[in-house]
Amino acid sequence: MEREVITMKLARSHVLVCGGTGCTSSGSEKLLPEFDIQLEKAGIKNEVSVVKTGCFGLCALGPIVIVYPEGAFYSMVKIEDVKTIVTEHLLKGRIVKELLYDDSIDGAAIKPLKDVDFYKKQLRIALKNCGVIDPEEIDEYIAFDGYKALGRVLTEMEPKQVIDIIKQSKLRGRGGAGFPTAIKWEFAANQPEGKKYVCCNADEGDPGAFMDRSVLEGDPHSVIEAMAIAAYAIGSDEGYIYIRAEYPIAVRRLNIAIEQAKKYGLLGKNIFGTDFSFDLSLRLGAGAFVCGEETALITSIEGKRGEPRPRPPFPAVEGLWGKPTILNNVETYANIPQIILNGAEWFLGIGTEKSKGTKVFALGGKINNTGLVEVPMGTTLREIVEEIGGGIPNGKKFKAAQTGGPSGGCIPTELIDTPIDYDSLIEIGAMMGSGGLIVMDEDSCMVDIAKFFLKFTVDESCGKCVPCRIGTKRMLEILEKITSGKGTVEDIENLKKLAGSVKSSSLCGLGQTAPNPVLSTLKYFEDEYMAHVIEKRCPAGVCKDLLRYIIDKEKCKGCGICAKHCPVTAISGELKKPYEIDQQMCIKCGVCEIKCPFKAISRK
Amino acid sequence: MKSLAELEAIRDKTLSEINMRTDRQGGIRIVVGMATCGIAAGARPVLGAIIEEVSKRELKDVIVSQTGCIGVCRLEPIVEVYRPGEEKVTYVMMTPQKAVEMVTEHIVNNKPIKKYTIGEADK
Repeated sequence: MEREVITMKLARSHVLVCGGTGCTSSGSEKLLPEFDIQLEKAGIKNEVSVVKTGCFGLCALGPIVIVYPEGAFYSMVKIEDVKTIVTEHLLKGRIVKELLYDDSIDGAAIKPLKDVDFYKKQLRIALKNCGVIDPEEIDEYIAFDGYKALGRVLTEMEPKQVIDIIKQSKLRGRGGAGFPTAIKWEFAANQPEGKKYVCCNADEGDPGAFMDRSVLEGDPHSVIEAMAIAAYAIGSDEGYIYIRAEYPIAVRRLNIAIEQAKKYGLLGKNIFGTDFSFDLSLRLGAGAFVCGEETALITSIEGKRGEPRPRPPFPAVEGLWGKPTILNNVETYANIPQIILNGAEWFLGIGTEKSKGTKVFALGGKINNTGLVEVPMGTTLREIVEEIGGGIPNGKKFKAAQTGGPSGGCIPTELIDTPIDYDSLIEIGAMMGSGGLIVMDEDSCMVDIAKFFLKFTVDESCGKCVPCRIGTKRMLEILEKITSGKGTVEDIENLKKLAGSVKSSSLCGLGQTAPNPVLSTLKYFEDEYMAHVIEKRCPAGVCKDLLRYIIDKEKCKGCGICAKHCPVTAISGELKKPYEIDQQMCIKCGVCEIKCPFKAISRK
Repeated sequence: MKSLAELEAIRDKTLSEINMRTDRQGGIRIVVGMATCGIAAGARPVLGAIIEEVSKRELKDVIVSQTGCIGVCRLEPIVEVYRPGEEKVTYVMMTPQKAVEMVTEHIVNNKPIKKYTIGEADK
């Protein structure tokens, strides 16, 4: 039987290598050429397609490689493992069990990824294509229904209908404040016709947050498509993505994506044969946290120093170069094409009453599965930490989680069953924020955490308004006083007062939210602050000035190892007799505690 | 991009290339024995022929996969077909031509080709 020759490139196996920042830093870049070499050697290069994708989410176990059609999830793949995967799995069809992610094995079989604990409770909408497609190939985005929403919007819908769908879906901004997206669009759409702008806030600055980076690295076209839809809805023809220069992979992929979209006529003039035209370009931020604030961001795009200005007028009325402008966050945009394709009703079916859809979180801190997760709104913190996150390392106890970075607050153990949505978080004094979720265990000092975030805001305050510039600085000084053991009860009262003034009188969101970490730790962990000022003790054993290393005379065998390792010769004694630490000289480095073979040295 | 149809064309073409990158359950699985014995007997062209045929016919919910030594090395290349709820069918001494025939008859028309299966072909 004669068969026609098939010209299409058909691979029998697809090897997906994570090319997100997390896996790149653990060495995934080197795996790609190695796969090429090994496949060539095995003579099966034309049968197997190796693809660099975006983030799979389980960054703690990177580099991650998934092989389809089997769906084999290989974790912590080293360069020497590539040969094994090629010769065993790809050549002979024997899955390499030892290299599989433990939780993905079920007896002799491989579990589908959606049954693995890490993925079971997740629902990926904004991250739908992340880790599935090659972000540098527009065709792959199109294969999974990319640009279909834009096509439908342009050829079948009126701008007002687009805004109506978004309004019905109750989508709220994912950048932190949770403002209804459609209201913003409506304001801008209702402005008189003329030049209008569509901007994307990709200036992700919270310490520990990398949601937006991952979306842009893994699925850049979803944001481009959504911005074009937004432009059609409000009557704009030009847009800007403001992204941090510290995200080189995301910047590169966005540039590639924009080029490809232009080539296909999905950006530019007369898109889908209609009158609609839209152009998009990037603006790189220089790393100032304040530029994540909308008015400062717009000022920075204009080429001026990134400083906020009072609102109103709101950007929807008077924004970039004085023209009506909408500014949405990366994750907000990533939801738009899916809402258009699946309908508002579908989106309303996910989440809680007032918070619809999903939220992406960057899980970090003291947690086993550091990484990127997307869960339906209303998922509890316990589910995220214990089930998806795999719990706290080394059997330690959960103490609190910080959401919303330097603008947010902490959630203590007793509130671990709080459903995560905009309103529940505000109620308990935290906030959704952009999605950084930092987990702390019993070894974390809450005063120290508050100090860390406040130090960040002091550094990042632009200095334009007095309450933020001077107020946060004074607050930091009080916290430093407390953590060095010189604090008084009166200081805590002053701290509260000052926090109230900074919150109510600062010009922009940066200052208005800067006191939040202090206020929320004071709310839930006031006893810890009191221990610092009254007992001059740090219960978690973190604040160095309050620490004392003590040698237990009962346990000390007088071996002298501690004295030998002490870098400042603060330990002295006679062999075979208990040694002693000179507290005046001790720099609290902790070396003695680590070196003592008899566990006789402890922190007090 | 001038029309939705143009977009659809790119979509369909690429989707058939990358559709295997999703977790699927419940579909038909075609498994080719690809151990040393299988490869030596010519399993690789058989696998290639099956993949091409499945893709050409745009068969959804069919996974073409590979496995190690099935045990009856003298009957390689061996291809197993798993259809949910039915007993596994094992084809032996396959060739690319037989494989294409198998996809047409067994997968599309749901009529296993008895003469190529382990009970018959070995007689």
